[in-house]
Amino acid sequence: MKSREFSYWLFLTPVILSLTLVVIIPLLFGLYYSFTDWNGLTVSTFIGLDHYMRVFEDQRFISSLWFTIKFSVVTVILLNILGLGLALLVTKQLKSSHLLRTIFFMPNLIGGLILGFIWQFIFISVFSDIGSIFGAESLQGWLSSPATGFWGLVILTSWQMAGYIMIIYIAYLQNIPSELLEAAEVDGANAFQRFRHVLFPLVAPAFTVSMFLTLSTAFKIYDQNLSLTDGGPYNSTEMVAMNIVNTAFTYNEMAYGQAKAIIFFIFVAAIAITQVYYNKKREVEL
Amino acid sequence: MKGRKRRLYVLEILGILLGLLWLSPFYLIAVNAFKTNRDIFADVLGFPSNPTIQNFIQAFIDLQFLQSLFNSLIITVASIGIIVFFSSMAAYALARNKSKLSSVILLIFVAAMLIPFQAVMIPLVALFGKAEMLNMVGLIFMYLGFGSSLAIFLYHGAMTSIPSTLDEAAIIDGANKFQTFWFIIFPLLKPISVTVGILNVIWIWNDFLLPSLILSDSEATIPLRMFYFFGQYTKQWHLALAGLTIVIIPVIVFYFIAQKQIIKGVSEGAVK
Repeated sequence: MKSREFSYWLFLTPVILSLTLVVIIPLLFGLYYSFTDWNGLTVSTFIGLDHYMRVFEDQRFISSLWFTIKFSVVTVILLNILGLGLALLVTKQLKSSHLLRTIFFMPNLIGGLILGFIWQFIFISVFSDIGSIFGAESLQGWLSSPATGFWGLVILTSWQMAGYIMIIYIAYLQNIPSELLEAAEVDGANAFQRFRHVLFPLVAPAFTVSMFLTLSTAFKIYDQNLSLTDGGPYNSTEMVAMNIVNTAFTYNEMAYGQAKAIIFFIFVAAIAITQVYYNKKREVEL
Repeated sequence: MKGRKRRLYVLEILGILLGLLWLSPFYLIAVNAFKTNRDIFADVLGFPSNPTIQNFIQAFIDLQFLQSLFNSLIITVASIGIIVFFSSMAAYALARNKSKLSSVILLIFVAAMLIPFQAVMIPLVALFGKAEMLNMVGLIFMYLGFGSSLAIFLYHGAMTSIPSTLDEAAIIDGANKFQTFWFIIFPLLKPISVTVGILNVIWIWNDFLLPSLILSDSEATIPLRMFYFFGQYTKQWHLALAGLTIVIIPVIVFYFIAQKQIIKGVSEGAVK
């Protein structure tokens, strides 16, 4: 009995130690620091909720939060449409199916920072070149206005993640027995009806997974934001994650940045939990 | 039947067009990396009229490519090694000792996945700074802390399909707990180890924010070096693009070697 207890703890110690030192203790310290005027080195005084109050008057933070919410809603919708569309396409018996999966997934393997630089080039140089060939004014000066910066980030993220979402949908599509679809076809259902009444309900669990994934990823995006627009012009495309990093490490307001981070954490956790709860409930009803 | 065939034909063409559209960013950076800065401005879309590899030579040197590739490799391989080893061991202990304590520990690890990195990053850097651990070793240890949750979750799920009679047989044959795990259980977990490895390669190889807060210049990984490099050459696309092309090549090579496992690993990780 004793040796079993010993090996139990021996097996668990490395991971518990690292989780404690890397996640749990920093989170607890962070929570405490957010109520103080900590400057990264020494804690001076306890100032209660001052930082939290300040967050709600911080226009730059509010606008970054709003930008992040808009961005997340648009990318979640777009990614699920794209992901499911690509999945439906490559699960047809096409000669290029396998190759297409490989291609659509490829951007996921390259880091967000590098993808952001690639697209910076495309939006700035390639778009303006195409724009002057076709005389399209709207393609000039991309990333230099808040709106094009927003859509630039949306396009980059959709291109990057669609292949990942596609993989999730493929995994669920493959579990659908083909007899079901054939039966519906025999019964005279057209392509849209088969999609709406047979396929769509059956891929609902994939929707739960991919919505969770896209939402939490979209909310936490930093690298792409940094390399594509760096928050510009005039911080109009700065997202929450970048706002927190800048507050803490550029402006050196550690405790204030931490208070923002705690609010961010609560926000992300609330969205994730609500969303999974809601989707699970919906799945059962189907 | 004929209509069906024609529909497939249309879809095939649609697929190929989409595939080309998807690849176009790679095409654009690769062809322009061979041009001079002037040629890029003159014609972005076409092939280079007099291709030069000078850009690549300069980028290769300024990226300190071999050094940063080596740093990225060490950090990625070491981190994944300890994540796979320690997480599978932990999941084994948790799955084989079914108790309230085990389920609480598992729950804590799973719940930790909900915590966004930004919520812990500021105190993390401060604490590790005090301990003088803002270096490669500290970073690898951090990857264990951030990566073990998902790994334990995946391993724990897989453990249920491995019968505990196997353990008992090994114990009767005189193996101790660690030997039982390492020689009997761990080999059976290989498919999950591959999944865990793949998911972590994608994350750790490409991670930027954490290394940027932790690593000194000499330890810089590829994304970190790329960031400095790009800042240095903002208005010189020919060099920036050559640099981007260079750093993408190892990833593409890896993708072509491990393509099957990558797609499989990602879909398994996502479905669970």
